[in-house]
Amino acid sequence: MTKGQIVAGCLAPHPPHLVYADNPPQNEAYSEGGWETLRWGYQRLARKLKDIDYDAIVIFTPHWQTYIGTHFLGLPEFSSKSVDPVFPNLFRYNYDLKVDVELSEAMRDAASQEGIITKMMRNPHFRVDYGTITSCHLLNPEWDKPIVTISSNRNTHYYSPEVMIEQATALGRACAKAIEESGKRVVLVASHSLSHRHFVEEAPLPEDMSKEHIYNHSQYVWDMKIVEMMRQGKSREVIDIMPEFTEQTIAETEGGGLIWMLGAMGFPDFPAEIYGYQSVIGTGNVIACWDPNDDTREYVL
Amino acid sequence: MSETNEPEILFGIYCPPHPQPLLSPDASEGYGKLRAAFEECRKRIEESEADIILVYSTTWPSIIGHQIQALENAVWTHVDDDFHYLGSMPYDFHMDTEFAHAMKDNCEKRGLEARTVEYEGFPIDTGSVVALQLLNPDNRIPACILSSNMYANRSETIVLGKAARDTLAQQGKKAVVVVVSSLSNRMFTEHIDPKEDRIHSQKDDDWNRKILEFFDDGRLEDLSQLSRDIHGQIRVQKVVAYKPAWWLAATMGQHNNYHGEVLAYEALHGSGGAVITLAPSTGSVGDKEFDEDDVEFYRGDRNVLDKGMLE
Repeated sequence: MTKGQIVAGCLAPHPPHLVYADNPPQNEAYSEGGWETLRWGYQRLARKLKDIDYDAIVIFTPHWQTYIGTHFLGLPEFSSKSVDPVFPNLFRYNYDLKVDVELSEAMRDAASQEGIITKMMRNPHFRVDYGTITSCHLLNPEWDKPIVTISSNRNTHYYSPEVMIEQATALGRACAKAIEESGKRVVLVASHSLSHRHFVEEAPLPEDMSKEHIYNHSQYVWDMKIVEMMRQGKSREVIDIMPEFTEQTIAETEGGGLIWMLGAMGFPDFPAEIYGYQSVIGTGNVIACWDPNDDTREYVL
Repeated sequence: MSETNEPEILFGIYCPPHPQPLLSPDASEGYGKLRAAFEECRKRIEESEADIILVYSTTWPSIIGHQIQALENAVWTHVDDDFHYLGSMPYDFHMDTEFAHAMKDNCEKRGLEARTVEYEGFPIDTGSVVALQLLNPDNRIPACILSSNMYANRSETIVLGKAARDTLAQQGKKAVVVVVSSLSNRMFTEHIDPKEDRIHSQKDDDWNRKILEFFDDGRLEDLSQLSRDIHGQIRVQKVVAYKPAWWLAATMGQHNNYHGEVLAYEALHGSGGAVITLAPSTGSVGDKEFDEDDVEFYRGDRNVLDKGMLE
């Protein structure tokens, strides 16, 4: 059997505002648009993924928060309505998705063998989190690939950002091993923002872009520091600086997604493709892709 | 009803958010005791003349101000993120929409950002589902659920409680108020045999028991004032502060004149789960005096970072 491989790794933030702004038929809310810098970036990355041959998307989400180990979706189909508990006015999305259970179980087994506490999620009533739905919708609006969702084990809260780095890196290594043994071609997705301080008030028209800006300049400077390191292929350094970044900007990197993804990809030293940066209700969001193929890697922005 | 009238709060309940008492009460003796305590509370609610059950849930975080559940008939099947293997939690709740909308208005009058949520399929959180299923299984009494804003600290939470008092007084409704929260909230990070469940550490257990002494003595305001210590000592730092006692005291009345009763205290996967009742009483106890200002109106951030800078 041919060895499986990770064909791309995407940092794909999940503000529900982006789906809301797109007005897909699955979402009940209606908007007049907004956040085009991110949406157009997503559209370009989605087009790139269309040209890549892959079998499944594996997504690590901070909105499936587990305290007792790392959990994996373990049923072949989920169909329901995802309502964002924080922005229900924007996101009420009817989804119908397929899961690559075989790959999910293989990753779970590999993680368990590494000593990571794991659990398969096999409750048919389980509602897939809106982080998964948002990132997957924006990367693959046709939903024509099966996914695997991995929960965020809350090591940063329970222990420290350093423990999260160790645990998420180990999980990434285990997932990479399972992918290699599966023979499948996989796109990894870390679903989260960078800086993550929200405004606690919302404009009467949420998509009024005259009201949108980063929460404060410090968040912006930190975000740009991280983006610049990504551009330079300094993924190891991004992880090294992450505890301070997470603390200073209340960053959503605390959930472990980017660490997991870069760990699975062996901390790449090639530049990330940058597709866009914009704030959403004060948080800092970058869309980035690590393409391990030298022939297809682009300088996007 | 005049807005200056005092609300009639029949009693308060402090209960844990974990699903074991609802889904697996027979898995351990402790879960069974918590279930029995919930049932005792249910009985007391049924025997009371309550018009509304008002829930403040620490497992419903919000960002845009304070969210208030207003969907008249909230129906769904909920599954917990961690304990999904214990089973599903179908619910069919009856909310007091009139109260919810008035609560929003009263929050705004006191300077808070607030909004109602009325959406089919809105994900009501595990803690609220467990509490309402066990305390009000037949929907005999309409309910309302308040979120816990993840950035809110003391003043905002106290003002939220006062807005609840305003609303109850305004509508002349007799209330049972429910706080859904653990005591210590550190769980074991691996799967355990429920029969071997215990409080995660001796320190957590010591603090929990001290808090229970205060509850038992009816010292609600003392607990409110100790919230920052409690947060630092036995709470995993997931949010900025331990807020339940602030809200409960501000809603029920900021004093120590309560009859407290600890109906159960048991471990829930390592965290401290207690079912406690507090009924208004006479004869204040306690030996503390406090220097943190009371607050009536929320004025937002004080922008201290922008003040006092050299030109």
